[in-house]
Parts: sequence; structure tokens; C-alpha cells
Amino acid sequence: MTTDVQGAPAPGTDIAYVDPTRRALSQKRARKNALSGILSLFAFLFIICFIVSRTPGWATVQETFFNYEEFVKTLPGLLEAFLLNIRIFLIAEPLILILGLAVALARTLKSPIFLPIRVIATLYVDIFRGIPTILVIFLLGFGIPALRLVGVPNDAVFWGTTALVLSYGAYVAEVFRAGIGSVHGSQTMAARSLGLNMWQTNRHVVLPQAIRNVIPPLLNDFISLQKDTALIAVLGPIEVLRQAQIDTSSSFNYTPYVGAALLFILLTIPMTRFADWIQLRTMKQRRIAGTS
Amino acid sequence: MTADTLLHVEGVWKAFEGHPVLRGLDLEVERHQAVVLIGASGSGKSTVLRCINGLVPVDAGLITLDGEIEVTSLDVDLDVVRRRVGIVFQSYNLFPHMTVLENIALAPRKVLGQSKAQADETAYSLLTRFGLHAKADDYPDRLSGGQAQRVAIVRALAMEPELMLFDEVTSALDPTLVGEVLQVVRDLKLAGLTMVMATHEMHFAREVADTVCFLRDGMVHEQGPPELIFSQPSKPETREFLARILDK
Repeated sequence: MTTDVQGAPAPGTDIAYVDPTRRALSQKRARKNALSGILSLFAFLFIICFIVSRTPGWATVQETFFNYEEFVKTLPGLLEAFLLNIRIFLIAEPLILILGLAVALARTLKSPIFLPIRVIATLYVDIFRGIPTILVIFLLGFGIPALRLVGVPNDAVFWGTTALVLSYGAYVAEVFRAGIGSVHGSQTMAARSLGLNMWQTNRHVVLPQAIRNVIPPLLNDFISLQKDTALIAVLGPIEVLRQAQIDTSSSFNYTPYVGAALLFILLTIPMTRFADWIQLRTMKQRRIAGTS
Repeated sequence: MTADTLLHVEGVWKAFEGHPVLRGLDLEVERHQAVVLIGASGSGKSTVLRCINGLVPVDAGLITLDGEIEVTSLDVDLDVVRRRVGIVFQSYNLFPHMTVLENIALAPRKVLGQSKAQADETAYSLLTRFGLHAKADDYPDRLSGGQAQRVAIVRALAMEPELMLFDEVTSALDPTLVGEVLQVVRDLKLAGLTMVMATHEMHFAREVADTVCFLRDGMVHEQGPPELIFSQPSKPETREFLARILDK
């Protein structure tokens, strides 16, 4: 490696100087690395495909799970049914955030008057974190309509969504609680010593920092929620899993299940990348602030 | 207690998990006075300050503010006390998610009910007074330690406290940044603010204090005007402490 000492600016000049020869070389090296990575990946994929397609059972597997005609035939129906999953998700998500935050805040109340609220909030989290989500869906979705109560909806989607909200609300409440705990006590002390009361301290000092700290785990829970909208299938509404089941049972071909899986993956991948990006950004910010 | 007494501390006891830190401490602060607390680490300097604004509840004893508010009463509204007593900590404790201006304007708006315009204006003029106006829209992570601590002082001042407590405000700072923070304290003293200050900066204590209190074993072991305490301390423990710290 040759270093161009001659071309450098005068020592002490206020610029971020990088030797151009050095820069060119390291860029060239980076391009070479990227190229060999891609080549290696393609070679690997080719070998895998070659081996798999030579296996004796491959034709049957392809016919049963990756049938192109079946895929094209069922996709429009699956897509339409998938809209219901997205709708459930979009309705449930904000409700879960509100419920989770409210429960987390209720558990921080200190005054003895609020003891009943604190007890209820704690019980709620203990109970709904303990019950499998699908059991809550069965209980509410089949149980409540069976009561034949006047003025209470019998809609399966309504009760399924409610069950998801209750189940995830308990998880999200714990995420928020951990976030509140992650804000250093000296912040509360500083706010209180300025004369802010407990509520003002929470509202303006603790919560903004707590929420920022828990965005990555919250996104994680929402990726999980996107998938769990399929659990509502057990109650009967035609969402994507139910639709795939119907298609499959009429043709005895499992391609619609693969199609449904593909739709879920397409929905969760952007969210996963977004969560990764947020996490990276948070880490960088903390490093700049020198707090980690 | 005279008519000029702003803070009266009498027989205050405080223990943490059975370890006594304050053992019947008395302290008197008159209006416009600067009282400096010196003493070894663990002698109770920080604890007294935290008791005075109610951050730490006392185990026994009496603290009154302005002869009318009994800080140590179990029924006192501590938010009222804290509106009148400002405190600045060793570790700044600025709010990292707010700009410098927002840090300063928060309490005047939420606690004193000032309008945003009014609170911002006060904050700006205080920042200008201490040469920090260029930092108004920066977040705390962009500040040096000295700037952060000056902002923390301004934040407390914006509440117009009658009494300011400084809890080793220069101990976390790089030595080159101590001067700018002490200059702010010096200005406030000249402006007539009443203050109680725990510090290890003996030269500064000597310069700015009206009364120096040497704390030992959770009590005020010896107190007096700085020229007396620093030149001819009457107790051997005071002499020993000063010799040790001034030697460094």
C-alpha cells in the first residue's frame, strides 16, 4: 500500500482528511467483498436446489405444496380473506397500546385509595399472561354468545379481537412497566425537586423516556400479534387461515396453506426490518449520549 | 431563631438501613447568607440537603422554612416546599428527551402555570445571563459537563426559589470545567440568593461562604466565618480534615 504523504493538507488544517489512494483501495476492497458474497450465495442456492430437485420424493412435494395452478386459483380468495386479518390487527393494535399503558400506569399508583385499582391491574396481568391466547379466544368467542345476553354482540370477529386485546394487553403492560423501571430514579428525583407532582413527573419526564426505551420490544409483540390474528380462525370467520383450510379441503392440495404463510411473511418482514432499524438507531443514539 | 432566619434545622436524625447518617444535626441559615457544608464523604452533607427539600424524610427533628412551613411535618405538602427550595445535584439530572429550553421551562409552566411564551422568555433571559443562550435548542447530550451543570442551575433558578441547595455540583466535572460552574454560584451569591452548598472546593468555600460548617459524625462539629475555620479551627478534627484535604 502506498500512502500519498505529499498530497496531504498542511498539518492542523480543520478538515476531515482521508488519503485518496487509501480511500480508493478500501472502496475497491469493499466492492470485491460484496461481489464474492453474492456469488457465494448464488452458488450455495444452486447446489441446494439441485440436490433437492434430485431427491426421489420431490415431485410429490412440489405437487402437494408448491402447485402453481392451485396457487394462482386460490390466491385472490386468500388475499380477500387476509384483509380481515389486517383489519383485526389494525383495530387490536391501538386498543392494546391503550390498555397496556393504562394497566402499567395503574400499577405505579402509590396512594392507598388506589389499592383496588392496583390489585385489579396486577390480577389482570397475572391471569391473562398465564392463559394461552387460544384458550381466551375459545372462552370469549364460544362462551359469551352462548349466554345469549341482550345487547351483547354475538359476532365471532368481535370476541376474537377482544380476546387478542386482553391477552396481548397483559404482555404489553409488562413491557411498559419494564420501560418505566428503566428510567433512572434520579430523573424522578430531579422532576419532583422542581415541584412537579407525581402525575406531572410521569407525564412529562418518565413516560416519554420509558416509551422510547420500549419501542423495539413493542414492535416485536406486534409482529407476533399479526400472526396470532390467524387464531381467530377457530371461531369460524373467514380469515386467511380459515380460507386456506376451506380451499385445501376441497382440492386435497396444501398449496393454499403455503400461500397463506407467504402472505403473513410478506406482512411481517417489513415490520421486522423496521424493528431492527429502530433498535440500531436507539443503540447509536445511546452511544452518542454516552448512556450505555 | 431570628426574624432573618430562612431555614431552621434542629435535632435532625436520619439513618439508612440502621446506619445513622445524621445524629441530631442543627443548622441555621439567614436570608441572603451562603452556608457551606464541608466534611468527609459520608459525613451527611448530601443527606441534610435532601432532608431540607423533603426528598429524604427525616427520622426525628424539625426543619422549618421561613418560620411558617414545617418541612418535617408528616402532613406538609412537599410540592409547596419544593416550589420554594431549589436543588442542584452532582449528576446534573437534566431531562435527556427535552431541549435545554424545554428543560428550564417545564416546571414554570406546569407548576407555576406560566404561559409557554412567558416561561420561554424567562428561560432565555436566564440562559443569556449565564452565557448559554446559544445552547437553548440543543439536547443535553450535546453539552459539556460544565454547560450541563450550568443549565441544571438555571433550571432550578427559573422557579425563583428563596433557597438554593447545591449538592457537590462540581464533583463530577473535569477540573477544567469547575471554574465556569463556580462562577455561576458566585454570581448568585452576589445577587443575594440564600444558599446552602455542600462542596469539596475549599478555596471557593473560603471565598463565597458567610458561614462554614464542618460536618462530622452526622452533626455540625464546628462552624464559623470562613477566615476563622480555615485559619484557626478550634477543634483538632477540623484541623486534621482541612490539613488532609488542602494537602491534595
